Amino acid sequence: MSTATASAALPVAEDDRPSIWERLRIGRIVANLALLLIVAIWTFPTVGLLVSSVRDADQLAISGWWTSLTSSTTPGAGRLASSSDQIEEDGIYVITGDIFESAGNLTLSAVGTTSRDPGAFGVGEAVPMNQGGELVVDETGAYRWTSDTPFEHTNTPRIYYVASEPPVFTLDNYYRVLTSAGVGQSFLNSLTVAIPATVIPILIAAFAAYALAWMRFPGRGILVAVIVGLLVVPLQTSLIPILRLYNGIAVNFDGQAQGYLGVWLAHTAFGLPLAIFLLRNYMVGLPREIMESARMDGATHFQIFTTMVLPLSFPALASFAIFQFLWVWNDLLVALIFLGSQNDQMVLTGRLVNLLGSRGNNWELLTAGAFISMIVPLIVFFSLQRYFVRGLLAGSVKGG
Amino acid sequence: MFEQVLNAILAVVVALAAAGAYFWGSNWLLDKFLHSDNGMSPHVSVRRDRLRTGIRPWLFLLPALLFLSIYLVYPVFETVRLSLYNRNGSVFLGLSNYFWAFGDAHFRQSLLNNFFWLLIVPAMSTAIGLIIAVLADRLWWGNIAKSLIFMPMAISFVGASVIWRFIYAYRGPDQPQIGVLNAIVTGMGLPPQNWITMVPLNSFLLMVILIWIQTGFAMVILSAALRGIPEETLEAARLDGANEVQIFFTIMIPQITGTLIVVWTTITIVVLKVFDIVFAMTNGEFQTQVLANLMYSWMFRSGDFGRGSTVAVIILLAVLPIMIWNIRNASREQGAR
Repeated sequence: MSTATASAALPVAEDDRPSIWERLRIGRIVANLALLLIVAIWTFPTVGLLVSSVRDADQLAISGWWTSLTSSTTPGAGRLASSSDQIEEDGIYVITGDIFESAGNLTLSAVGTTSRDPGAFGVGEAVPMNQGGELVVDETGAYRWTSDTPFEHTNTPRIYYVASEPPVFTLDNYYRVLTSAGVGQSFLNSLTVAIPATVIPILIAAFAAYALAWMRFPGRGILVAVIVGLLVVPLQTSLIPILRLYNGIAVNFDGQAQGYLGVWLAHTAFGLPLAIFLLRNYMVGLPREIMESARMDGATHFQIFTTMVLPLSFPALASFAIFQFLWVWNDLLVALIFLGSQNDQMVLTGRLVNLLGSRGNNWELLTAGAFISMIVPLIVFFSLQRYFVRGLLAGSVKGG
Repeated sequence: MFEQVLNAILAVVVALAAAGAYFWGSNWLLDKFLHSDNGMSPHVSVRRDRLRTGIRPWLFLLPALLFLSIYLVYPVFETVRLSLYNRNGSVFLGLSNYFWAFGDAHFRQSLLNNFFWLLIVPAMSTAIGLIIAVLADRLWWGNIAKSLIFMPMAISFVGASVIWRFIYAYRGPDQPQIGVLNAIVTGMGLPPQNWITMVPLNSFLLMVILIWIQTGFAMVILSAALRGIPEETLEAARLDGANEVQIFFTIMIPQITGTLIVVWTTITIVVLKVFDIVFAMTNGEFQTQVLANLMYSWMFRSGDFGRGSTVAVIILLAVLPIMIWNIRNASREQGAR
């Protein structure tokens, strides 16, 4: 638009000032609410997982996590004492006791004589019993069973109740999942895979990236194009040939086809295209003058690289390291194929999939296990988000 | 138990030492055996200089090229070759694996599902990511919001699957529902549903997981692109009386079209390779199969490397147009430099 129309529109805008403010304010409220809604939807699932992982397993099984701060209502059953415990008070036969027996902080709300209807009678109401007499309970679970005639039952009759329990939070789930479910071992396995698989590619990629950025040689353009192409080659095309290769080596050298070395090397190779791409893009942007003056002073490429380029490239190295670590830690497919699914070698992701299959309804274990698998990436992510975002931008915007 | 972590750290040290020794050593050897000094005849010295500068880049590149050729380039050709053979690569079958694939109901199902994944996930992630980017850039707490929405990017597909399996959890109608979705449904007086088994809704519920993860990615990239739009452009439009909606459609969108395409294609690649989510949620049952999971199941459960390779080649073919487009863009950029 021309400046003429702009300046012509200006006075009108001045006149309209209140209404524009009005409009802005409404727009602002809508924007706030819309974003708030999206953020709520996006975080809700994770919050649910987190809350559930510290809830008592029994409570988790019967009530949604969003009710975790309120008391949960559970049906249950207890036993009454037999006739041998009766005492006679003023011609009335009485049995007293506690329905809950084992101490607990339950609050009784109703009782019943059948499992089908455990809430038939309220607290303080007289419950007619099959064995004769009437039963009265209070909120603490204490009961008083009275009859005009002596009790004769020899068993301990069942009584059904509905009780509410205050919220119970516990770290038991974590303890159980780390020990008995094998998540602890898997955590170490994931670390064992991730540390070398993150570090090894960095140096290899840095040298290659320097060559592609600052050295002149025939075929450089083609190599860069190949790296860009390899960025998107699906992992799936590599799986079968590499597995066959590993199997062949294992047969010839009488070793194991699956193992940590194979996974480290595979992850190194799969991470290299991105590493070289990110680092080359970064190194190309380093000031040419510094390099050239260093060359003038007689520094070799090797010296320039190790003393100047490598330290200067730290942000790009950090970006890639974070990427590679997250991707290796979160990987399922490569570990599944090259490390195997034996119990002692399973990484966290594989273990979680197994738990989903075998303990699919034990949500206290699944949620705790999932959170353990998430904690390391979340720490890395939130503490190093700056580098992560920078790498993301460098890695993708380039294509446009 | 902790021994293996120590071993891993030892492996790091060994690997770094080996790489360092290689790079340093090879450069040293190059300089020693092809050195040139003033005592030499100019003819020899020039030839040696040229040889040295010719060889050195390849010393820098050698380890990377070895890894890339063995693990990525050679397997592409090998996979194509294996797809023409029987289950263990011993009998040449020509194209019959491909004919089998397109006649197979599971394969066609996977292809169709992948098609819907491709149609929906990149579009939804990009659209929602763009909306969030536009909203967040105007609000003081926008960065916090972005951080929270970005967070799923950090966790694994498997972890995300557990999170969403919990949301879709199903109990019988007479039990209390602990899954959020069923709690909402029963709260409205409707019977609870076993979502994971409901065709075709279940595929979409799996897509939701990937959208949940990828939206943060789209948001970050698009937010950066939006910030790149010159403030004067926006200011001029405002002075011309354009409202925010008009500015969004006539100025912002055209300015970031390139970035939108990049985000779209990047997510498309992720979708084509999607494996973990389907593997963890349904393992391809209830008609949710996708190509990557189908490949895994032919490869491992059936041990048929020929058919597994065939499926891998199909995935590669689907990626190919994007790969070519990327390479052309990168070459053009390099030419411009």
